[in-house]
Amino acid sequence: MREFICINCPLGCQLKVDDSDLNNIKVTGNTCKRGERYGIDEVLNPKRMVTSSVVVLNGKENVVSVKTKEAIPKGLIFESLELLKNTKVEAPVNIGDIIIKNVLNTGVDFVATRNVERN
Amino acid sequence: MEKYNLVIVGGGPAGLAAAISAYDKGERNMIILEREPKLGGILNQCIHNGFGLHTFNEELTGPEYAQRYIDEVKKRNIKYLLNTTVINVSDKKEIKALSEDGLLNIEAKAIILSCGCRERPRGGINIAGARCAGIYSAGTAQKLVNIEGYMPGKEVVILGSGDIGLIMARRMIFEGAKVKAVVELMPYSSGLNRNIVQCLNDFNIPLMFSHTVVDIKGKKRVESVVIAEVDERLNPKMETCQEIKCDTLLLSVGLLPENELARGASVDLSRITRGAIVDDQLMTSIPGIFECGNVLHVHDLVDYVSEEAKEAGEKAYEYIYSSKDESYEKTLIKTENGVRYTVPELIIKNDDYNPLTLKLRVGNVYKKVKLEVSCDGDVIYSRMRPVVAPGEMEKIDLKSEQVEKLRKATEIKVYLRSQE
Repeated sequence: MREFICINCPLGCQLKVDDSDLNNIKVTGNTCKRGERYGIDEVLNPKRMVTSSVVVLNGKENVVSVKTKEAIPKGLIFESLELLKNTKVEAPVNIGDIIIKNVLNTGVDFVATRNVERN
Repeated sequence: MEKYNLVIVGGGPAGLAAAISAYDKGERNMIILEREPKLGGILNQCIHNGFGLHTFNEELTGPEYAQRYIDEVKKRNIKYLLNTTVINVSDKKEIKALSEDGLLNIEAKAIILSCGCRERPRGGINIAGARCAGIYSAGTAQKLVNIEGYMPGKEVVILGSGDIGLIMARRMIFEGAKVKAVVELMPYSSGLNRNIVQCLNDFNIPLMFSHTVVDIKGKKRVESVVIAEVDERLNPKMETCQEIKCDTLLLSVGLLPENELARGASVDLSRITRGAIVDDQLMTSIPGIFECGNVLHVHDLVDYVSEEAKEAGEKAYEYIYSSKDESYEKTLIKTENGVRYTVPELIIKNDDYNPLTLKLRVGNVYKKVKLEVSCDGDVIYSRMRPVVAPGEMEKIDLKSEQVEKLRKATEIKVYLRSQE
C-alpha cells in the first residue's frame, strides 16, 4: 500500500494505492477518475506536465509561456527544458501553436499557452 | 461626467466573470476599468497548469484560463478600458480614474470592486538585516521570469510556503537556479498539498517548518540569509541559527486584499479577511457597491473566484433594476472554535430561500472534526471533515430548507466540533 497526494487539481486528494498486484492496482481516496489514473501512473510511470517559457522574436512580449500538452515521464523533465532553452519562436504566437513537436519521442508536443502579438 | 449602470473595477478573473454574467442577465450599459495594458490580471503570469478543472473540466494554464473569459467578453462587445487606474470611489458611487486620455469622472448605479490582492511585502513582516538587492516578493519574481523573461537570481532561499512561493521554487529550478530551502514560520504550509508534492518533493527541495529568516547579509546584493527555528510562540531560538549562502530571497508570506478604494468609499472592512464585510448578495455596507474575488477574501482556486464573481454580476444587475427600495435587517454570522471567518458575513432577513454557499477558513490544522452551522441553537448543517487546514477554503452548500432557517434565525453560528 502506498500513499500519494493527487496533483491533478488543487483539491489534492489523499490517495491510497494498493500495488500488491501490479496488474490490478486499486486506488481509493480519489474524488474523480483522474485521481485513479494518477494513482496508477504514480506507481508504474510517474508523469508531470511541464510548463515553462521560450524566447519570442519580434513580439510585443519577450517570452511566451508553453506547456506539454499532456504529462510526460518525470525523468524527462530536465531534458525537455533543455530543448526549450535552444528554441526561439517568431511572433505572432497563438494559444495552442505547436512550439516543439513530439518532445523526446513521447508523442507529446510543447504548445503555446499565451497569445503574443507581433511588434 | 460619464454615466454607466455598472462599473467593474479590475479586469482580472473576477472582473471578467462578473461582466459576462451581468451582460447575460441583460445589462448592456457597463464598463470594465483595468490598470494593466492587458485583460486577465494575475493569471497572465501564472503560466503553470492546474486552472479550470472545475469550470472547464480540463486542466489549463493561467493565461489560457484568462483567454477563455477575455474571448467571452469580446464576443459580447463589453466595453473595457486598459491602462486605466481607478484612484477614487466615493460612497455616492462616483469614480475617478486616470486613463490614457487623462482624468475620467464616472457615475455608476452599481460598482463591482474586483481589484484582487497584493503580496505582503518585507516591511509587513519586519525582517532584520541588509537592505540590499536580491529580495523580491515571489510574485514579482514570477512576473520577471514569466512575462519579462529575466532571471532574478541563481541561488535562492524562499521564505513562506504559500502557493506562489512553491510554484516559484520549481520555476527557478526549471530556469537553472538552485533553490536551497523553503522556510516556513508555521508548523504547516499555507500552500496546497499538490504544490508541495510537485514543486518541492519532486526536486528534493527541503521544506523547513517552524523556521524563519532572522537576518539578511550582503552589501550590494544578498550574500546569505540566517535562519532559525521558532518556538511555539513563534519566537526564534537564536541557538539554532544557521547561515545559508544565497543571492536571492523570495518572500511568499501572504496575500492581502487590496481595499484602498473600498476604504475611500467608507465601506466597512473585515479585520480578518481585510476585504469588505458583505451580505449574501455580495453587497458591501454601501448599497450598490459589491465585491468579489480576491479583493473580498483570498481564494485558493480561480474557479471559485469565477463562480463568486458570476454571482456578483447577477446581484449587481438585480440591484440596478430592482424597483423596491428595500433595506432588510441582517444577521451577523458568528464564527467560533477554529473557524476564522465566513463569506458572506451577513445574512439578509428576507424570504429568498434559494440555495446559498458559505465560504470559510479555519485557523489551524484540525483532524476529524465536524463543520457545523447552528441557527438559534439548532444544528442545521453538519459535515464530517477528515482534515481541515488554513490553506484550503471550505465551502458549506445550504439547501432551500436550510436557507429558510438561516434567514429566520436571530443567532447564526459556524464552528468546528471535535470528534476525538
